[in-house]
Amino acid sequence: MISDTNENCMQPHIQPTTRPITLANRWDHFLARWGVNRSGHRVEPGLYALGNPTADSPVFVTANYTLSFDALRSALAGVGGYIMVLDTQGINVWCAAGKGTFGTDELVHRIEATALHDVVSHRVLILPQLGAPGVAAHEVKKRSGFKVEYGPVRAADLPEYLKTHMATPEMRRVRFALRDRLILISVDLVHVLLPMLIAAVVLFFFSGFLASAGAVVAILAGVVLFPILLPWLPTRDFSSKGFILGGLVALPFALVTLLGNPGATWWRQVGAALTYLLALPPVTAYLALNFTGSTTFTSRSGVRREIFTYVPVMAWMFGTGIVLIIVLSLI
Amino acid sequence: MFNISVFNTLQYDPELCIGCEMCSLVCPHAVFAMNGRVAQPVRPEACMECGACQLNCLTDAITVESGVGCAAAMIYAALTGKKEPTCDTGIESSCFSSE
Repeated sequence: MISDTNENCMQPHIQPTTRPITLANRWDHFLARWGVNRSGHRVEPGLYALGNPTADSPVFVTANYTLSFDALRSALAGVGGYIMVLDTQGINVWCAAGKGTFGTDELVHRIEATALHDVVSHRVLILPQLGAPGVAAHEVKKRSGFKVEYGPVRAADLPEYLKTHMATPEMRRVRFALRDRLILISVDLVHVLLPMLIAAVVLFFFSGFLASAGAVVAILAGVVLFPILLPWLPTRDFSSKGFILGGLVALPFALVTLLGNPGATWWRQVGAALTYLLALPPVTAYLALNFTGSTTFTSRSGVRREIFTYVPVMAWMFGTGIVLIIVLSLI
Repeated sequence: MFNISVFNTLQYDPELCIGCEMCSLVCPHAVFAMNGRVAQPVRPEACMECGACQLNCLTDAITVESGVGCAAAMIYAALTGKKEPTCDTGIESSCFSSE
């Protein structure tokens, strides 16, 4: 638990912090990326001194998520200053801003709780740009006297930003490059692991190895291949991209079934091949649709429209595929 | 085929704009740019409805139904009949790489 003993005391309580990221920090980041103790990667909210700041030093605001805090302090090479950590319940800046926990109220409260007025002589706070969905800059000014300055999206751009206090258009844009997408795979993989194992075991005993492998491949295509291939899959929306990818990975299973068992009757073989083409693509497409929540650019209206358009198709295809499997096993 | 970002709820009244530039600073997709003393939506189709511009607009010139574009949260809400949650699981990872 986070102790917040300086809450009721108006004396400035400033903790020291340093720039280097230790091995322990890196281990903590690793665990966070694998979804271990998801909400437990926290920094105590409050005011931190980096280097030997004076009353004129800049104040940077961040979330009490270790990855956010560590990205900020490690980026401030040669810059002394104060870091004010808001209580966002262990959630990063952008998501916490969306929820409102990285917000106007918490910011104003934290300014008072840390007695920031007595620590610095100026009245400027540098916030990450992605804190803006939760913070009304003019409200903060009115309620606390502090002017909110929105810095760059990425902490790594801060040293460059601080030279002029003007962000370049590039600094103001979120990205979603291959590296950003790769980092997300591990957490989604952890989420699907148990359902994937259950599906694989059930299908192995019900239909055999090929069906079991098909399910595993369709799921892995959705959570591993899809994030990697996102910009290169044709079409624009996530579901149809997912259907295309799911169709591609289902095709070999359908072909092996169709051609690999010459003794069986033709309609039984066609039916068995069809089960792969019906049941697997919607699984990949559904996981692809769920990836919208991890991206940096999908809107709520767009995702809603996609759900209404494609989820019924996914459900019908998947349902028909399952019914076909059962029928074929009975006749 | 529709573009996922074409359909959004962003609305803007340039008559109310006082040219403070806030919207052009906070938008992570460069939807707004300054055209002289007035902000202009130059990439409205890129809006992801995060709500940053609306919240930081002094004159309420911008409105948008802000929310999180996360299918898992919306499907969960639809199935359980509960109020749409903000993404507690997947979306957190989306801004790992940022500050």
